[in-house]
Amino acid sequence: MVSAASSSSASRHLLGIQGLSRPQIEHLLDQAEQAVELSRQVEKKRNVLRGRTLINLFFEASTRTQASFELAGKRLGADVMNMAVANSSVKKGETLIDTAATLNAMRPDMIVVRHYSSGAVDLLARKVDCSVINAGDGQHEHPTQALLDALTIRRRKGRIEGLTIAICGDVAHSRVARSNMILLTKMGARVRMVAPSTLLPTGIGDMGVEVHRSMETGIKNADIVMMLRVQRERMDGAFLPSTREFFRFFGLDGERLKLAKPDALVMHPGPINRGVEIDSEVADGPRSLINEQVEMGVAVRMAVLESLSQHLRNG
Amino acid sequence: MANSQPPLALINASLIDPQALSQSSGGVLIEEGLIKALGPSVNQASLGSDIQMIDCAGDCVSPGLIDMRVFIGEPGAEHRETIASASAAAAAGGVTTLISTPDTSPPVDDPAVVDFLLRRARDNAKVRVLPAAALTKGLRGEELAEIGLLQEAGAIAFTDGAHSIRSSKVMRRLLTYARDFDALVMHFPQDHDLASPGGMNAGALATRLGLPGISPEAESIILDRDLRLVAATGARYHAALISSSQSLDSIARAKQAGLPITCAVSVNHLCLNENDIGDYRTFFKLSPPLRHEEERLKLVEALADGLIDVIVSDHNPQDVETKRLPFDEAADGAIGLETMLSAALRLVASGHISLPRLLARMTLRPAEILGLPQGRLAIGAPADLIRFDPDEPYVVDPSKLHSRSKNTPFDEAHLQGRVKLSIVAGRIVHD
Repeated sequence: MVSAASSSSASRHLLGIQGLSRPQIEHLLDQAEQAVELSRQVEKKRNVLRGRTLINLFFEASTRTQASFELAGKRLGADVMNMAVANSSVKKGETLIDTAATLNAMRPDMIVVRHYSSGAVDLLARKVDCSVINAGDGQHEHPTQALLDALTIRRRKGRIEGLTIAICGDVAHSRVARSNMILLTKMGARVRMVAPSTLLPTGIGDMGVEVHRSMETGIKNADIVMMLRVQRERMDGAFLPSTREFFRFFGLDGERLKLAKPDALVMHPGPINRGVEIDSEVADGPRSLINEQVEMGVAVRMAVLESLSQHLRNG
Repeated sequence: MANSQPPLALINASLIDPQALSQSSGGVLIEEGLIKALGPSVNQASLGSDIQMIDCAGDCVSPGLIDMRVFIGEPGAEHRETIASASAAAAAGGVTTLISTPDTSPPVDDPAVVDFLLRRARDNAKVRVLPAAALTKGLRGEELAEIGLLQEAGAIAFTDGAHSIRSSKVMRRLLTYARDFDALVMHFPQDHDLASPGGMNAGALATRLGLPGISPEAESIILDRDLRLVAATGARYHAALISSSQSLDSIARAKQAGLPITCAVSVNHLCLNENDIGDYRTFFKLSPPLRHEEERLKLVEALADGLIDVIVSDHNPQDVETKRLPFDEAADGAIGLETMLSAALRLVASGHISLPRLLARMTLRPAEILGLPQGRLAIGAPADLIRFDPDEPYVVDPSKLHSRSKNTPFDEAHLQGRVKLSIVAGRIVHD
């Protein structure tokens, strides 16, 4: 597996979707399918990571991604340790590189990292001997989220190529949007970015996507409507005037969803803001894939861990 | 710098005259720290056998560089750079006069600090170190610094260094007041609110890397404001660093209107672009940020046609603790004293500018702006001279650089034209 970075140890890490080819993505999705089956059995455990140590290193709070990696690691037989850095040595002034060196000395086999700065996972990956998996860095990438979204779509629609997929909401600040944009365009989907101009990053129009500034045109005839979480602090007048104005023009409710294809499905990386970007009626409705995405998350992470384990020392 | 040394002659050189914009064979005779004679008549035959001669073997000899923007770190950040280490780097890079910025700790907003710097420079520096003082007290952008007293103490010019003055009212008063003292205001134009929390040029690359961007408007809005205020007050104004074509347009209009303004660009912005950031390489995190390649080419063009007056190194030593961090959290800045000439020579090699014209932007032009007698190849001018071969290749090895900090964006770069000899006031300070 090739990483987003051009570091010498490229194949050991998963740093972003950017560095993956379409066949590599397809291979991971195929592997994840098997993990879905395994996870639905009573006996969910395999031994491929037996004896291996996985560290979850989260510099930013996360419930579902951390739990998902923890379960994925355990189902493959690894020893999993969770480190919530918010209350650890980083607060005492230790730098990211020092933290990396310390953890490296404990000889883990894999480190799953989430960090609030773009590129921080890349930096850490250069300083350790083990595999590093990006669980979200700043506004850069969140590769396993994009993979689990792709798996969810492929299982429901049978394909990704040729689908029209609208990614709606806070595109500017979303690593989920970036990773999905890269993955879905690589897989041949027609990707639309739908947001008010203040939440569209510069140059997005040159990245192989359509840009829409209204939900009406943005989700029209879409196969998939993927909503993004909008941070409440963006809606205090900084980027958007108010929550209610955002919901009025960019929120997804049942009425608006009628503009999409009749069999359109709704996704959201979670956690959702009910009544801000998505109405409860839609979030909990029959076309919502939100809970299925969570299930696919564990499967995709199992596939990623297993695939990277083939590059581990003595592996 | 005492001038008791015996006469010295550089012979068999290719003399670069930044005033005449010419290059010709000849020699330079130095006496009492000044240029005593120069031209083809200064040669082995014409000089007495008792005069020390250096055969330059056809290498270029030009006035030493004058670098208008150097952060040193003394006092307060000596772990990053001292006057001694900065001046060693300068001497090795052919910079014979440097203007230090006042954003030290304490800042240079008190005449006593100017005096301290001048004494430290006298005792420790190989090259001429001329301190610039603060425009505002504590560099806070609120109250005027003692421009008159600072000038009397020896401040060469006034700037808030890396800080840009937010208040238009303060800026107006500064320019109004500075004019009475004929003080040069060297301002870094950047709208703090618009620029933050950015770390690189706004655009597709920043979007791809997930980094917040700094648009060119963050620079041009403040520059335009300043230029309007210069028109109203008549103060001498120097845009300390510009990075975009928007700013070039503003500078062109103001110069056409006859305003007393000049501007500088850093050698980094002439030689590098945003793509060099690659995978979050923090040594390329600069303020203002590196721009798109098209913008770089416009800067190079403006340099060649004289719209840009000066090239600076914008030397900003940063240690490992401030650079080996995620991009967002890393400090801005790159060292540049030692590589400035070689990096700039890339523009000669690429055919964008002639060698004498390039050197004029780093010698004569800053001297004119600052009112200094050096920076010229003329009889009676201070003998601040350098020798280099513009075609001699070398690879930059950070461990061999004289600066205390090693944050060079030219790490392992293939450059040409290492400085072989630097002379300040007739004395050899690097060979």
